[in-house]
Amino acid sequence: MAITRETVEKVALLARLKLSETELEKMTEQMGQIVGYVDQLSEVDTEGVEPMAHAVEVTNVFAEDVVAESLPREQALSNAPSSNERGYLVPAVLGD
Amino acid sequence: MPEQPYTTVIGLEVHVQLATQSKLFCRCSTQFGAEPNTQTCPVCTGLPGTLPVMNAHAFELSLQTAIALNCDIPGFTKWDRKQYYYPDLPKGYQISQFDLPMSDDGYLEIADPKDRFEPKRVRILRAHLEEDAGKSVHDEAAGKADSEIDLNRTGTPLLEIVSEPDMRSSLEARAFLQELKLLLTYIGVSDCNMQEGSLRVDANVNLHLEKDSEKVATPIVEIKNMNSFRAVERAIDYEAKRQYDEWQETGRRLGESPKQTRGWDDAAGVTRGQRSKEESSDYRYFPDPDLMPVTTTAEQVEAVRAALPELPAGLRQRLGDDYSLGHYDADVLVNQGRPVVDYYLTAADASGDPKLTCNWVTQEVLRELKDKEITIEQFGVSAERLAGLVKGIDSGAIPGPRGREVFTTMLADDCDAQEATSKLGIEQVDESELVALCQKLVDANPKIVADVKAGKQQAVGALIGQAKAQNPNVDPGRVREICLELAQQS
Ligand SMILES: [Zn+2]
Repeated sequence: MAITRETVEKVALLARLKLSETELEKMTEQMGQIVGYVDQLSEVDTEGVEPMAHAVEVTNVFAEDVVAESLPREQALSNAPSSNERGYLVPAVLGD
Repeated sequence: MPEQPYTTVIGLEVHVQLATQSKLFCRCSTQFGAEPNTQTCPVCTGLPGTLPVMNAHAFELSLQTAIALNCDIPGFTKWDRKQYYYPDLPKGYQISQFDLPMSDDGYLEIADPKDRFEPKRVRILRAHLEEDAGKSVHDEAAGKADSEIDLNRTGTPLLEIVSEPDMRSSLEARAFLQELKLLLTYIGVSDCNMQEGSLRVDANVNLHLEKDSEKVATPIVEIKNMNSFRAVERAIDYEAKRQYDEWQETGRRLGESPKQTRGWDDAAGVTRGQRSKEESSDYRYFPDPDLMPVTTTAEQVEAVRAALPELPAGLRQRLGDDYSLGHYDADVLVNQGRPVVDYYLTAADASGDPKLTCNWVTQEVLRELKDKEITIEQFGVSAERLAGLVKGIDSGAIPGPRGREVFTTMLADDCDAQEATSKLGIEQVDESELVALCQKLVDANPKIVADVKAGKQQAVGALIGQAKAQNPNVDPGRVREICLELAQQS
């Protein structure tokens, strides 16, 4: 699968990343290399091999439904770039 | 309903908050109404290095619901990351289920007690377990530039139930939602409080119509922001008309424009176009490597099925079969919820007259509950005492027309039917006494007798009034019969 500049632009948009011209070029090349590397796997014969849904062979890991203490609000908000004493502040979200 | 030149095709997506104490992947409380951002932790705020662990109870509640909805439960299910950016989604992805949901292929049966539509089976495409997002509040009135984000709701377990597009009117859609809500309430998996967002509904609507004897469909519109079942009904009706107008104007068919999302404005009574959603492939789902898949055996499914309480559909059936109630009565009782049904069952069993007991429950008792805004548990007349009243009426000890007075007295004085009867001075009038009273009235009113003989049976009404004035315990129906007979004979 070839990684084109358009692919990188689209992925960047979905990830809300603003890339400069130089970065776009660099990313296109680097992503191409990564995907190319992974593509080598397609050379393996997978005839008759069941698709794997998860990398770890562990299932049914559960926790009991018991409430534990949450973070104090002050602490929860402390790393936010912008907050008031109640919540995280972000540029206006209008509508839904 | 007037014949329309189109068929409205409706599919519903319902998000139900499951009634767990803690969130889906962390142990923060799910309690509604807490101060903003006081119920969060590193897991649900998406801090790096944290590990989500599935809430066992949330999975159990999902299983119960899916099984009650007649879904298949696959032996293996997993969770995926649905990626999108929104300020109320701190991880940048929602943990949801994509290609291997925990249940699929079920159905829910709907019927209308007033027979406005044919009973039908609405197919359920799938029901899957996912996490909720947070809330953003934008105080426009304050004119502030920023929105405030509250992450308390983030990570609350949601069951997304997706129906097939099997409904053909807003009435059917509403019936589906009511029946689903009733089912969820009977199982106790959710409080279904729409005002608090425990139950949220999106509707996919389009029209099927004919053009030059060719069947065509209009583009599908997803309607959001509907805050009550009534709103869902109104929004669908509005949207159907709007799509028909648009179709006549543009002739645009399904596939000729992307799926549109419209928001319902309840005050204005219209749907409005919203920013179109990113294509579903843009969510770039992939299996969440942090969460382990869940396997379920057929034995587990059977055990959950066996432990389910009696469901509304089965209960209606039983009220019809074992208590001889009609569809309408059974429906009224079942729709009130299990406690009212239990009250009825106890009273009906004790009185031995299921039909008359049903009349008392669905009329007088429910009216009292409504007027006083109380629940059946708070109601002053116990099921046993109501049964006593019904038995008294059946035996003739309480004349039918005075039943309501007895009921009111039982309620006011907190006593049983017998005590209320004696307080009111109600005595059974014996037959010979009644005949004697009627004879006296017939003798005293020759004019009425003549009228009756001339074929004016309604003239006897005056005698009933006089009889009641002399003895309030008389049964008017019986007085009428006796007086007519005596008048004819005289
Ligand atoms: Zn948490």
